[in-house]
Amino acid sequence: MNKNAIVVNNLSKQFGQFKAVDDISFEVAKGEIFGFLGANGAGKTTAMKMLCGLSMPTSGQASVAGFDVYKENESIKKNIGYMSQKFSLYEDLTVRENIKFYAGIYGIAPQKIKDKTNQLLQQLVLEKEADMLVSQLPLGWKQKLAFSVAIFHEPQIVFLDEPTGGVDPITRREFWNLIYDAAAIGITIFVTTHYMDEAEYCNRVSIMVDGKIEALDSPGNLKKTFNAKSMDEVFLHLARKAKRIE
Amino acid sequence: MVKLNSSDIAIKVTAVNKSYIVGKKKTPALENINLTIQAGTLFGLIGPDGSGKTSLFRILTSLLLPDSGEIWVDGLNVITEYKKLRKRIGYMPGKFSLYTDLTIKENLDFFASLFGTSFEENYDLIKDLYVQIEPFKDRRAGQLSGGMKQKLALCCALIHRPTILFLDEPTTGVDAVSRKEFWEILQSLKKEGITILVSTPYMDEATLCDQVALIQEGKILDVDTPAQMVNKFTNPIYAIKGANMLQLLRELEKDPSVERIYPFGEHHHLVMKEKDVLPVLPLSVTINKIKPNIEDLFIHLMQHHE
Repeated sequence: MNKNAIVVNNLSKQFGQFKAVDDISFEVAKGEIFGFLGANGAGKTTAMKMLCGLSMPTSGQASVAGFDVYKENESIKKNIGYMSQKFSLYEDLTVRENIKFYAGIYGIAPQKIKDKTNQLLQQLVLEKEADMLVSQLPLGWKQKLAFSVAIFHEPQIVFLDEPTGGVDPITRREFWNLIYDAAAIGITIFVTTHYMDEAEYCNRVSIMVDGKIEALDSPGNLKKTFNAKSMDEVFLHLARKAKRIE
Repeated sequence: MVKLNSSDIAIKVTAVNKSYIVGKKKTPALENINLTIQAGTLFGLIGPDGSGKTSLFRILTSLLLPDSGEIWVDGLNVITEYKKLRKRIGYMPGKFSLYTDLTIKENLDFFASLFGTSFEENYDLIKDLYVQIEPFKDRRAGQLSGGMKQKLALCCALIHRPTILFLDEPTTGVDAVSRKEFWEILQSLKKEGITILVSTPYMDEATLCDQVALIQEGKILDVDTPAQMVNKFTNPIYAIKGANMLQLLRELEKDPSVERIYPFGEHHHLVMKEKDVLPVLPLSVTINKIKPNIEDLFIHLMQHHE
């Protein structure tokens, strides 16, 4: 078994003359919490789409959960989880219906869905709200539920696209608790965020500028390398170099 | 333009309540909101999603009626004098609301004409912003990147030279570099004498405002200058760092002398119940007494309001 969950070599994606992702290479170890940072328009979303098997690269190689992004993108989809701030749960389905729906899509057996649903509702202390519409839940609860639903099928990797945007400071930290718990059972975490304090919670962080990965290391080493006090300083230092006019 | 003295009150909100019917349940969105904002200030409304920021903005801009309460904006009663008011204020909603099938220039000309003015007449006010998007002036708004859309939306909100500018979450989902640039723009608009009310879920942006209100679950937790506000945090607070951060967190959570401990960037913030009492710490841990910031205070207030 490979010890890496994600392996990317010289991956590029070009739209006409525009190189959205320009020759990036990196590896993410199994169970690692990997922060994928970059300014708006740096190419994060395009890169993430390729890794999720939703967009074909122009050139380069990448494997995710041991599957090739060109030939085995359907297998990738089955073995990853995905959650973003913009799209997570169906507002007009209840908590229980959302879990059932997502688990069903991933082909989990009905009996297993039932057992695991009750277990999950207990963990999240959402038993009383199980039959409430998701639209009636506070945002923080929704985000925590959305994360749990995204890893319900026990994927090897979960992609989190700005999962904590707009969330209150206490819930934001509770959310990171869930991330740590998932990483502890071996799920690889690939996360984007605009909160620079959250970059510190990652094992390693990459920073994209103009389609390229400009830096990749642990937060501690990045701060040493760039002689910066915080990840915010590291980010500003690198992202200000961007020449691309969005 | 009416010239305002710094002693003038730009916005006065008294006992405002608003609730929505969700399903069959009445859900309060705003509860007994009281606010006084001096003219010429950069005022921040800080709170997470769903705390009531947008409801309050829509009430202040006459787009939503409160259930009760009184609101004066720029000397006008929001409910009875809304027609006059709408000519004087600028509003940039959180959701991009310009015409996506008009170009940058067409959008600006359109909004200027709605207010009976022209792009040229108020060009000096938006010049610094406009030059950044000018290379794309013939591009349709729907085809712009997030950062450019945001700059265009701000230009459109300013094109009639408003006395008060309402910006609802202009920096949400925006990266750290663009956020910094945006706040620099707000500082320069303030110098033009425009009162700015801006909402944000980013606690660190509080320090960039003259005054802030913290809002959570429809209630204002506190209103003050950012510097005065953090003085209300009286518990001793420390930044600690160790080899195994997760283990450190879990262990100190159990310590009875600890009021609260939570991750904060590369450190944990440790809030103690009493002065001069510290928990037993492993040898490798570094600990420093710190000044609390707005996020520390927000966490504190959230837990005390529950």
